[in-house]
Amino acid sequence: MNDMAWIDAALTSARPQAMAALLRYFHDLDTAEEAYQEACLRALRNWPRNGPPRDPAAWLIFVGRNAAIDQVRRRVRQQPLPEEAVLSDREDAEERAAEALDQSGYRDDILRLLFICCHPDLPATQQIELALRVVSGLTVREIAKAFLVGESAMEQRITRAKSKVGRAGVAFEAPGPAERAERLAAVAAMVYLLFNEGYSASSGEMPLRGPLCDEAIRLARLLLRLYPAEPEIMGLTALLLLQHARSAARFDAGGSAISLEEQDRSLWNAKMIAEGLALIDKAMRHRRPGPYLLQAAIAALHSRAASAEATDWQEIDVLYSMLERLSPSPVVTLNRAVATAKVHGADAALDMVEPLEEQLSGYFYFWGVKGRFLTDCGRHAEAREAFNRAISLANNAAEAAHIRAQLDLLAGEAANSPAVVRP
Amino acid sequence: MLYAILCYNQEDVVGSWTREEDDACMARLFKVEEKLARQGRLGPVARLLPTTAATTLRKGKGEPLVLDGPFAETKEQLLGFYLVDCDDLDAALDVARDLTAANPGTGSYEIRPLQLFHPGGAVK
Repeated sequence: MNDMAWIDAALTSARPQAMAALLRYFHDLDTAEEAYQEACLRALRNWPRNGPPRDPAAWLIFVGRNAAIDQVRRRVRQQPLPEEAVLSDREDAEERAAEALDQSGYRDDILRLLFICCHPDLPATQQIELALRVVSGLTVREIAKAFLVGESAMEQRITRAKSKVGRAGVAFEAPGPAERAERLAAVAAMVYLLFNEGYSASSGEMPLRGPLCDEAIRLARLLLRLYPAEPEIMGLTALLLLQHARSAARFDAGGSAISLEEQDRSLWNAKMIAEGLALIDKAMRHRRPGPYLLQAAIAALHSRAASAEATDWQEIDVLYSMLERLSPSPVVTLNRAVATAKVHGADAALDMVEPLEEQLSGYFYFWGVKGRFLTDCGRHAEAREAFNRAISLANNAAEAAHIRAQLDLLAGEAANSPAVVRP
Repeated sequence: MLYAILCYNQEDVVGSWTREEDDACMARLFKVEEKLARQGRLGPVARLLPTTAATTLRKGKGEPLVLDGPFAETKEQLLGFYLVDCDDLDAALDVARDLTAANPGTGSYEIRPLQLFHPGGAVK
């Protein structure tokens, strides 16, 4: 790694804190971004010569703030009647310079910066796009590539999202405990969505969208450093790490998805798993697991199993039942049914999923799972019907192929044992 | 004299390295380790999980407190340590210099003589 790569990495990791502080000074995303960019330009000139500063974020905040104020002064000379907010920024310049080096309050700054991107008026994908641009500092081109749209379309989307949050006005005072918890929950949800955007990519899209997963993990770790005692943030980070650890094993050479049970576990990333498990151990000490932590604990049971057969389905069933109580949803129940089938048999699982049909009848995975349960119960005609519905709802060729293989198995069984008569 | 060489660096920066950058750095560090090992001067070496995976036991007046997170909030985090047999501080500094050269960017190595040493057995 050469000097420039090192500076690049330092700038990237300092960005959230620097942007957050600059936003607090200027109360405006565009001004903060301009100030940050100016500071980065100066860093690129200055750091190779003088060596990187001990605290890159503080350096960027200080230089960015001064550069922006210079800019404002130049504008002020041309405009005799500047806005009051701009004037007050000038007057407080000295006091704020000292404040820039004081770290207190930076947690709230970063949380605010992230929270601004999670504005409820923005659709989920726009929240993510804005966070990638503003907080992570990905270029518009990189974001456009990850979302599989053109660069100019993405540019427009981000500009619109920015002006929307600009008009919305977010409180710049330090938030109270309840508000802070609310913000943290919204930001955690956004990070989770960001991860899923990357994770749900098919194999061909993986090289393009995989970076979204890395970025989500980076943001989750950032949140965890800011709030080291929040079990749900530990749970979120662990969940993302444990899922991402499997990425090398998720697709075969032909690009077809490989189910968890069939994955080559030696391809799982042991380092990420170790970190995820350590976080879960810490979080469980708090004894009040939330939805992220429960999901992480479920993922951990898969990660801990040396083989698919060694999976502790009983514990997974228990964890899913806790998750069902905390955040009930038909999809959670469907997932629980998979564990229930392993522990109590397909009949019990079928009883669980039948009431979900109304809500999940348009869901590929529902029909696939139901078909498997019916197969195991020996109700082959109904199983075929379920699998056929699954195929009609398949999102891609790989999903359809997976179900077709199940249908072939059914056909094979029927051919090999025509004499079986069920009571 | 045995010296522990403690590696300090910003874990978010180190954590943002790509797999290739990380592997390349580890390979360079391994060369330094190999030399010391050949001379019979290298004790256990560890690389630690991020501080976010740390738990601290803080001893107060009453029962010790279990706290989430690392012991102290600082700009740089302890990422690992070396245990090296050196004749004196200068020799330990030479080793640390080699490590600095192998490690990109900034970062510090804290060098501290040991009062107590348990060699430990072979661990997996």
